[in-house]
Amino acid sequence: MTTTQKQAQKPSSGIKLPPPQAINGGEAVAYAMRQINPEVVAAYPITPQTFIIEKFSEFVADGIVGTEYINVESEHAAMSACVGATAAGGRAQTATSGPGLALMYEMLWVASGMRLPIVMHLCSRSFSAPLNILCDHSDVMGMRESSWPMLIGASPQEAYDQAVVMPTIAENKQVLLPSANVLDGFTVTHSVERVEVLPDEVVKEFTGEYEPDIWALEPGSTATFGTLDANDYYFEHKRQQVEAMKNSLEVVRTQLNAVGELTGRPMNLVEEYLLDDAEVALVVLGSSEGMVRAAVDEARAEGIKVGMLRIRLFRPFPVDDVRKALEGIGAVGVLDRAIAFGTPGNALMQDLATSTRTMPDRPLLMDFVYGLGGRATPKQLFRQAVDEVFKMNESRVEPDEPAYLGLK
Amino acid sequence: MSSQPQSEQSRSESPLWQQIQPGGIGVNPGSTDRVQTGDWRTEVPVVDFERCTHCMICWVDCPDASFEVANAKLIGVDLKHCKGCGICAQVCPVKCIEMVPDSAENRETQPSNGASSESAK
Repeated sequence: MTTTQKQAQKPSSGIKLPPPQAINGGEAVAYAMRQINPEVVAAYPITPQTFIIEKFSEFVADGIVGTEYINVESEHAAMSACVGATAAGGRAQTATSGPGLALMYEMLWVASGMRLPIVMHLCSRSFSAPLNILCDHSDVMGMRESSWPMLIGASPQEAYDQAVVMPTIAENKQVLLPSANVLDGFTVTHSVERVEVLPDEVVKEFTGEYEPDIWALEPGSTATFGTLDANDYYFEHKRQQVEAMKNSLEVVRTQLNAVGELTGRPMNLVEEYLLDDAEVALVVLGSSEGMVRAAVDEARAEGIKVGMLRIRLFRPFPVDDVRKALEGIGAVGVLDRAIAFGTPGNALMQDLATSTRTMPDRPLLMDFVYGLGGRATPKQLFRQAVDEVFKMNESRVEPDEPAYLGLK
Repeated sequence: MSSQPQSEQSRSESPLWQQIQPGGIGVNPGSTDRVQTGDWRTEVPVVDFERCTHCMICWVDCPDASFEVANAKLIGVDLKHCKGCGICAQVCPVKCIEMVPDSAENRETQPSNGASSESAK
């Protein structure tokens, strides 16, 4: 059970909600996209993103949405079409997974460099080779420095809630950056759960219209997009992106609060579980939260004071929120679902180490790699991680190398 | 359009990172006019105006808008922007454009040496 389901309450806005649906994460995202009704959707089919585009193209074929659906020959073309559509003045969205994201990589940077607020739904999948279509965060980590704000959800419900909020983050004038709604492949995309949706008109009002200041198809527009910026102003444009990423953090907070008020399901930059009196903690991204929470509950029943921190806003990394949540914690186990080969720490570990390094009593850190290529990580393994972190808290010795949970 | 057009003056003063247009969007048209882009060609087109019929096919096909026109007549080549690609010589129906090695001497055989920016107008 996820945070949001536990905390679900009547929306304070008093909106009459449509009946809840039993749909999977992919369909939940497509449902939100239908309500948002973007001008353009361009995508190329890839597992496990499948449901989003299948469902959405069904809406297009049935005439339920006014969206121009562009069949493209690759993901590189999909993102290029979104770049063109957004520069032209439209709202554009796409969805992809793992290798598709890799093929898109050049255009991810073009989209953020041109400051085009495209929304992408990224259904996380491992990278080949060897061939693997299942979930890990190799693709997520592969785009982590591309100047895209990234939110990682943990359930079909969150995939929907985040999908509703994404355009309002990307298109905020203090941000103007493409943004990614990350949902874990299969565990979220293909899991059918109870999903509460907002009424169409509420989503329409919340997301409004895309109103760019400068757009190519504006009558009389003299603007040129995608200009040359060699050694004279490229540096300065990148510095502007740093600022836009910084700005996006508070925008995300505000917008998550706003949609949380509509739905009655609060969403935060980081989600805490039993951290208040905790001595040790596990830090996790995405849908593994549920299993980690179960392991925490089990350890708690045996008297181990452990808590959990799930990071929803992965980029920009919510340093202050993470530091605040981990204050007073002696030791932290960091759960990485991707390997950053050859680096002195995997991606989330690097973020945690950098974020906590100047804390007066910084927690000791230990890295765990788990779940690569869709490897199931049962409760016992997270429980084992809790025990190891607990031991580290007593010995006060940090290991140099990560541990590999469930490695044969 | 709500963006602030920059004046010639502020541009020449090297604006800081906070002052430039995000995304590198060129707000004002014709900004390339001010930039020397034709500095890596190896050949230069020389137009024989005796034979030129002013059909303007070179003017249409030139990827860099480097043909200078006045009063519906071709008057020269803007060598500040010409890359020497030779498309003009290929498409000219009367074959009055010849590509010759780029040199100070050959450039002087043109009626215009690129100082004029009338071609953009």
